[in-house]
Amino acid sequence: MKDQIFEIIKAAIDELNEELEYDELKDVTPETAIFGGESGIDSLSLVRLVVDVEAGVSEAFDTEVTLANEKAMSSRNSPYRNVAAFTDFVLACLKDAS
Amino acid sequence: MNTMLITGTRKGIGRYLVDYYIERGYRVVGCSRSAPDFEIENYQHHELDVADEKAVAKMVRAVAKEHGGIDVLLNNAGIASMNHFLLTPLRTVEQVFATNVFGTFNFCREVSKVMAKRKYGRIVNFATVAAPLKLEGEAAYAASKAAVANLTQVIAKELADFNITVNAVGPTPVATDLIRGVSDDKINDLIGLQSVKRMGEYRDISNVVDFLIQPESDFVTGQVIYLGGVS
Ligand SMILES: NC(=O)c1ccc[n+]([C@@H]2O[C@H](COP(=O)([O-])OP(=O)(O)OC[C@H]3O[C@@H](n4cnc5c(N)ncnc54)[C@H](OP(=O)(O)O)[C@@H]3O)[C@@H](O)[C@H]2O)c1
Repeated sequence: MKDQIFEIIKAAIDELNEELEYDELKDVTPETAIFGGESGIDSLSLVRLVVDVEAGVSEAFDTEVTLANEKAMSSRNSPYRNVAAFTDFVLACLKDAS
Repeated sequence: MNTMLITGTRKGIGRYLVDYYIERGYRVVGCSRSAPDFEIENYQHHELDVADEKAVAKMVRAVAKEHGGIDVLLNNAGIASMNHFLLTPLRTVEQVFATNVFGTFNFCREVSKVMAKRKYGRIVNFATVAAPLKLEGEAAYAASKAAVANLTQVIAKELADFNITVNAVGPTPVATDLIRGVSDDKINDLIGLQSVKRMGEYRDISNVVDFLIQPESDFVTGQVIYLGGVS
């Protein structure tokens, strides 16, 4: 399940990066920074990414998740800080939802 | 064909807006807690409570998938409570806020995610003159709609970069079930506070909505337009 979520996130980042063309987003790994640190995407792109991942999860697991989070915009604990954190967060949301 | 999502379409103003916008070429998807007693071409109905976060997410995703996006959202679903606040149970306040504020929030969030993808959207929320007039006997209702007005203004800023406008229309009394329990005397007193002293009509609302949702209104956002000259 975790691998599948990683793939959904990777695909969403790849799609986003077709437009952004950021070097650091070219090869997505668990360590890839997404949002809130020195590198990464802006809040507009984050929203697009989250929407794509929500749609991908709904399609793959037939479960609706809303990836809203209290800590979303505070960088240190943000579930969007990197791909690994985001993957764990989606997994937790999915478990909550089912 | 443009897609419009309207909440609270079983009766009242929402029901009117369904006919009005279908006639103008929209595909309309609506919702309410109970089933409607009508079927119309180009209209689909979902039965849900707007305060149910999961149900809202599911509906919005289904609509976006089937129709390729959502152009307009009208957050019309609303309930009122007319009572002296000393006699109002907390449960009533919770219900009023659940529908009016949380419901509006749920649909704004889910639909604007869909709109953001296409970088286009028009959202109209429903306020009321009861808020600026600070009407006695409507504390819970007016406070909930004041929250809707403020929500509208804040999210208008947050969604501007996505080319989504968020505005609200604030009707005066319109003859629907919502105000059926209010006495004629009270309604007349209220009308006396308006600049233009008459009951509101359905067309007064669609007239403002027409303006707010037209593509040319991309420079109009975060506005709460009260009817009848109330400000
Ligand atoms: N009429 C007025 O004088 C007036 C004045 C100012 C503002 N407004 C605003 O205009 C809007 C429409 O009012 P109206 O007069 O048309 O009211 P209405 O005749 O009472 O109709 C309300 C509609 O909303 C639906 N609804 C209520 N709670 C819901 C919920 N939790 N989830 C889903 N649907 C729900 C109802 O269907 P179900 O019962 O089947 O759910 C119904 O279709 C409201 O936001 C109201 O505050 C009205």
